[in-house]
Amino acid sequence: MKDEALIKVTDLHKVYGELHALDGVSTEIRKGEVVVIIGPSGSGKSTFLRSLNLLEEPTSGTIEFEGVNITDKKVDINLHRRKMGMVFQHFNLFPHMTILKNLTLGPTKLLKMDKSEAEKNAIELLEKVGLADRANAYPSQLSGGQKQRVAIVRALAMKPDVMLFDEPTSALDPEMVGEVLDVMQELAREGMTMVVVTHEMGFAKEAATRVIFMDSGKMVEENTPDQFFSCPKTDRCKDFLSKVLV
Amino acid sequence: MNYYNLLSISVFFSDFKLSFVKTFIREDRWLQFLKGLGVTLEISLFAVILGIVLGFAIALIRSSHDKIIGKGKCRRFSDYVLKILNAICNVYITVIRGTPVVIQLMIMYYIIFQSSRNGIIAAILAFGINSGAYVAEIVRSGIMSIDQGQLEAGRSLGFNYSKTMFYIILPQAFKNVLPALGNEFIVLLKETSVAGYVALADLTYVGNLVRSRTYEAFFPLISVALIYLVIVMILTAGLKRLERRLRNSER
Repeated sequence: MKDEALIKVTDLHKVYGELHALDGVSTEIRKGEVVVIIGPSGSGKSTFLRSLNLLEEPTSGTIEFEGVNITDKKVDINLHRRKMGMVFQHFNLFPHMTILKNLTLGPTKLLKMDKSEAEKNAIELLEKVGLADRANAYPSQLSGGQKQRVAIVRALAMKPDVMLFDEPTSALDPEMVGEVLDVMQELAREGMTMVVVTHEMGFAKEAATRVIFMDSGKMVEENTPDQFFSCPKTDRCKDFLSKVLV
Repeated sequence: MNYYNLLSISVFFSDFKLSFVKTFIREDRWLQFLKGLGVTLEISLFAVILGIVLGFAIALIRSSHDKIIGKGKCRRFSDYVLKILNAICNVYITVIRGTPVVIQLMIMYYIIFQSSRNGIIAAILAFGINSGAYVAEIVRSGIMSIDQGQLEAGRSLGFNYSKTMFYIILPQAFKNVLPALGNEFIVLLKETSVAGYVALADLTYVGNLVRSRTYEAFFPLISVALIYLVIVMILTAGLKRLERRLRNSER
């Protein structure tokens, strides 16, 4: 089932006043793919990612998720968002809840899982990222890297079909980037469908199945990581890569 | 010590004793003070509850309006409802904050409650509606103080707007505004001292009544002041405890 389209984006536009943040983006994301989106800042990559679960409402164009057009006003987006986990640059953990509560809130309130089951799942997930001993701590007691690992498993606790990462390592101290990338690579190995906006070229090379390069709201280039990094097709890409790959 | 000094001290103390007896013991006046205190507490308590309910409702309407519609256009039917509710809230806040509470109290009692003349209910409504306007702005500032990312995190998990508010935004906002809310409750408690304007025998009214009956100003007024002070101190201590409990997550 590898080539089944999970998300199908058709001619997506997003306009903020004068700014054309997304200018006709179309692509498909298939099950099991790890799509890494790179590009200069202001290129629209975050806007694109945030459009996928409608945190940004597109101005025009459609997004189909698991065969449903979620840009249709009649669709209850909340039901579909449960299946799309999202990880933010600034973690956005709930500071007034313990780590365990952060992980069980969604499953208990939305999936109607009972508390003991949700907690069992949460502990298993925390064990996977090496943080089971911090279950009863509050977010403010964790380091940045730990917070982001918790944020990843909070999204996973909803058992999503796709995970969206919005620059997950950009707000971290350099020595903490590795621990988060490790978790993401592990996730990729397990076959999770992932869409990742990042500046970590190493991750793109190692884990991506496809790299998308965006500039000024358009997808300039789309390729496998090998091809993309060794022989970029467009000048804009070459220029970008020469600046980031020192 | 000469004889004259001793005499004046003993006169002072016997005067003191007489004043005390006149103020509290004679005609069982302490009972009047107690009843006045009861009226003050009754009005304050129910007005605070009404103020909180109104204030939270208005804050939610106003901040949802700003967040959902903002400067954009209405797209759904519910957007229009929200817009109208928001306009009503704005008028309410403007009028309530723009007029003195005594006038509001008198309008409530002499105009709206003209036929029933139920002073307590009129006072509870007047003070509650008044407080609601202030609570609304306090709570709204609390909601606005919460990072946008919290809303996005809640929504991305699949919570709808109101559930995100309820589980994620409001608990944090409430913690942030607790000191300001406590302040508002203290102000409200003391503002009820104008209830005498509509013939309610609250604590202040009783103090003034006893003063005029006994021609003694010191005891009635100072004791009333002390009683308010003690209630406010108890309230403050309670709020401090609540604040500490809520701050657990910030260790």
